[in-house]
Amino acid sequence: MLDQREVSFNELRHLVSERAIEGETMLLNMGPQHPSTHGVLRLLLELDSEIVVNCFPDIGFLHTGIEKNMEVKSYEKAAVMTDRLDYLNNLGNNLVYCMAIEKLAELDVPPRAQAIRVILTELQRIASHLVWLGTHTLDLAAISVFWYTFREREMIIDINEMVSGQRMMTTFFRPGGLWRDVPVEFEDAVRQFISIFPKRIKEYEGMLSENPLFLERTKDIGILTSEDAINWGVTGPSLRAIGVPHDLRKIEPYSGYEQYEFDVPTHTDGDTYARYLVRMEEMRQALRIVQQALDNLPYGPVRSSNRKFVPPPRSELGTSMEAVIHHFKLWTEGFDMPEGSVYVAAESPRGVLGVFLESDGGPNPYRVHWRTPSFDNLQVLPVLAKGHLVADLVALIGTTDFVLGDIDR
Amino acid sequence: MNEELQPAVTALKERFDARAEEFRGQTTLFLPSDQIVEACQTLHDDFGFDFLEVETAVDYWPKQNPRFHIVYQLYSIQKQLRIGLRVPISGQTPSLPSLTGLYANANWREREIWDMFGIHFEGHPDLRRILMPHDWEGHPLRKDYPLGYEEVQFSFNAEEIDQDKPYAKE
Repeated sequence: MLDQREVSFNELRHLVSERAIEGETMLLNMGPQHPSTHGVLRLLLELDSEIVVNCFPDIGFLHTGIEKNMEVKSYEKAAVMTDRLDYLNNLGNNLVYCMAIEKLAELDVPPRAQAIRVILTELQRIASHLVWLGTHTLDLAAISVFWYTFREREMIIDINEMVSGQRMMTTFFRPGGLWRDVPVEFEDAVRQFISIFPKRIKEYEGMLSENPLFLERTKDIGILTSEDAINWGVTGPSLRAIGVPHDLRKIEPYSGYEQYEFDVPTHTDGDTYARYLVRMEEMRQALRIVQQALDNLPYGPVRSSNRKFVPPPRSELGTSMEAVIHHFKLWTEGFDMPEGSVYVAAESPRGVLGVFLESDGGPNPYRVHWRTPSFDNLQVLPVLAKGHLVADLVALIGTTDFVLGDIDR
Repeated sequence: MNEELQPAVTALKERFDARAEEFRGQTTLFLPSDQIVEACQTLHDDFGFDFLEVETAVDYWPKQNPRFHIVYQLYSIQKQLRIGLRVPISGQTPSLPSLTGLYANANWREREIWDMFGIHFEGHPDLRRILMPHDWEGHPLRKDYPLGYEEVQFSFNAEEIDQDKPYAKE
């Protein structure tokens, strides 16, 4: 036991200040099992009384080897693993993975599938922000917000279940479109959510926006300059809260985002409160996109008819020999991908989510790398935390809004 | 190729031994490993590529030379441009200069490459394993690293497989 501790301190010796080695400051372990670290994150803190002198995140407790595992599965089977990365943004992960395959294979996606993809990922964005809001305020000792946000999140999860049969790990998006069309009740369910949700956002804001306790805990906490943020690779609401309007949905529209009218909310303060305001506004904008997409939802097929990549519908199997061959080949071996590599990025609720996909021409991906936003957003935590109180560190972990599954992959 | 990207590609071709490749509308520049820091410095200072979006590696084992490609994606927040870089490196003692001086977030990304591929970064301030336990042996994302799996038990071989399982027996 002693040996183990010796190793881990010596390993980190070069990171802490001289004062820690002389015993003037205290080294404290926070996590990996700690309610406010949002998963299994270990933080080694160097404290001068209550003030954080240094903070070293230690990650990898949730490492599941997804990148390695994907290399031995066919492209379509590997899609199942993408849900497990960022488990609050499953559909967003599906989307960016499918986009990478579609780009590499030059596969078309029908307009109806594109629109449904947008509706579902935007709903997922709201759900993810609701989890963030609930847990963030929970960390700041405002317990009741959590119950309200999870009530609304449940409505979105129910929509997920309605379309895919799964509450969270949906794998609903497939290369070339969707797994299947949405059921008829889908539109009503989404419309009901659209009608209820704006009132609910007001409810949350009524509880928090001018609440003196909340303001005290979030104003001027964890300010980042835009140079620092860009240099550290910070993306998403954290970057937009400093006034950099970087949103891939606007900059390089994918899945037909160019058809929808929406704003990219920004703020200039760059503190925890600014990040709160940006995310709240983002939920409203996401709702706007859902509304527009639903109003103009085109009819038609939801999957490409390119039979070299997309299995034929069941109905064709009885009449077409070719369909049987395609069905058999696609479900046993998978499809062969053209040789080459692409990098595709999309805007997840946490920032730029990218996939680097390399193919050697075979049915399995040769290498998949996930550029996950949480990885960089957590990396900047020591910069944010320096000089703050331990209690504020908890607020900073909340406002960073990382998902450990996204970091450790 | 994107027209706005052209000046950067031309400049890099002139100043360094760069070779450009175009695939699916994405531009990738191949660079030798000893020039990567200067090349990134040029892209960073002169062309505004201030954002390191991706840094990762690909293993082409059993090929030994070059066994690895280090893959970078640089992004310019101002101009909204993306450029890919690739650095081929040999499989014997793989090593290349670190980008941590230029992009702060290269720190963890290079630690991840060290952890997963065993590629050494010269001048990295804190090159430790990041995702795997600190006493782990081997580098999991290398192609010669086996993916462990459990053998499926059928009635005819259940006992035979059971004997090799690591759990305690009566």
